[in-house]
Amino acid sequence: MAKHDVKVLGTWYSPPGMRPRIALNIKSVKYEFLEETMAPKSELLLQSNPVHKKIPVLIHGDKPICESMIIVEYIDEVWTSGPSILPSDPYDRAIQRFWAAYVDEKWLAAMIGLRSAQGEERKAFLDQVTEGLALLEEAFGKCSKGKAFFGGDRIGLLDIAFGSLLGWLKLTEKVNGVKLLDEAKTPGLVKWAERFCADAAVKSVMPETEKLLEFSKVVAAKMKGAPPPKN
Amino acid sequence: MAEEVLVFGAWGSPFSRRVEMALKLKGIEYKYIEEDITNKSPSLLKYNPVHKKIPVLVHNGKPVAESLVILEYIDETWKDSPILSKDPSERANARFWAKFIDEKCLPAIFKACWGEEKEHEKALEEATELLQFLENELKEKRYFGGETVGLLDIAANIIGYWLGVFEEASGTELLTREKFPKLCNWANEFVSVSAIKENLPPREKLIAYLRNRFGVGTASKYTRHL
Repeated sequence: MAKHDVKVLGTWYSPPGMRPRIALNIKSVKYEFLEETMAPKSELLLQSNPVHKKIPVLIHGDKPICESMIIVEYIDEVWTSGPSILPSDPYDRAIQRFWAAYVDEKWLAAMIGLRSAQGEERKAFLDQVTEGLALLEEAFGKCSKGKAFFGGDRIGLLDIAFGSLLGWLKLTEKVNGVKLLDEAKTPGLVKWAERFCADAAVKSVMPETEKLLEFSKVVAAKMKGAPPPKN
Repeated sequence: MAEEVLVFGAWGSPFSRRVEMALKLKGIEYKYIEEDITNKSPSLLKYNPVHKKIPVLVHNGKPVAESLVILEYIDETWKDSPILSKDPSERANARFWAKFIDEKCLPAIFKACWGEEKEHEKALEEATELLQFLENELKEKRYFGGETVGLLDIAANIIGYWLGVFEEASGTELLTREKFPKLCNWANEFVSVSAIKENLPPREKLIAYLRNRFGVGTASKYTRHL
């Protein structure tokens, strides 16, 4: 595929925005990264995702594909010569998709709540976040079967779904003065996180915590705690 | 080896009905277990400890939860009468709209039917806008899946049947023939398919349940599963 045939519209800071890029990197597919301005939203974004007006969008030829995890599955199905992102067994696939949905629908909501909550509310969200991490620690044990990633020897769907949130997780730890990934409580996830962030497919797209910190201050000042762009 | 397929569901839930519709379309035998969601069984809690919700499909002892995840599992396990295209962009498209229905349409529909009085106009407008996307997506197709019922049609069961029931139960008008001729035609086609028809909860019973649970036109909590 010529480079200009595959484009990813996203931002450097958005976790869902990382997901298609990690998937394309896994498949060794060259793509053009188009940094979206967001405020105001570009014509390209409004045209290619008229329903949600959100990043990321994968533009393959002239076809836009929206919703980060749907894009990841699309990438896996189109570029079949590269390593598989989803396992071949239907049950294992269902487990990956189940937990990816959990991360995006339940756990992420608790993380977003934690970022902007105050006082008692904060404790409630923090409890939800840590409970979720305990569940994910258990899921990691079952999915990885002793191997490096949720996907086994290589990064898979659930690694991408959850791992893309590690930048924001580290930021939340710093800003809130809490330890979310903990050697005592979530030892599996702590090591997994290191491996994920060090992986060749991830390294170049994972934002640095310091850069995120600066950025989040700017955002907080402008928008008073509104959640990051998500889809 | 004899295959065992269990479905934990609730009679009124469009989500558990989706699972049954897919199994029926593929001619898969299953045992249905009705859950009282106010008094969840130990089995349900064992098979879905994370969400403690229906539907759950248990295939030879292995549980799968979340209706859209279950639909994909069903399609990948029993390959006759596929509900998803082989083409990756068509698959992505079906998944996109299924997610749209669950994350955007359903909450908006609920708000329009049972939301706050003072937000009613706005809620109606929003739900109408969202349904318009689906109307446009249908184009001239008989079903969202083309010539045969597909994953998106099954996911849209809420629009195809439950929406009409919500409208009657709450006294709200949303899916009119004037505004949504294609969706209305599709809904008629959809509910006529035998695998679908067999899996629709009785209308009057559902209306009574909804009125009892959510009232008529008053604000109430929206929960994802009935």
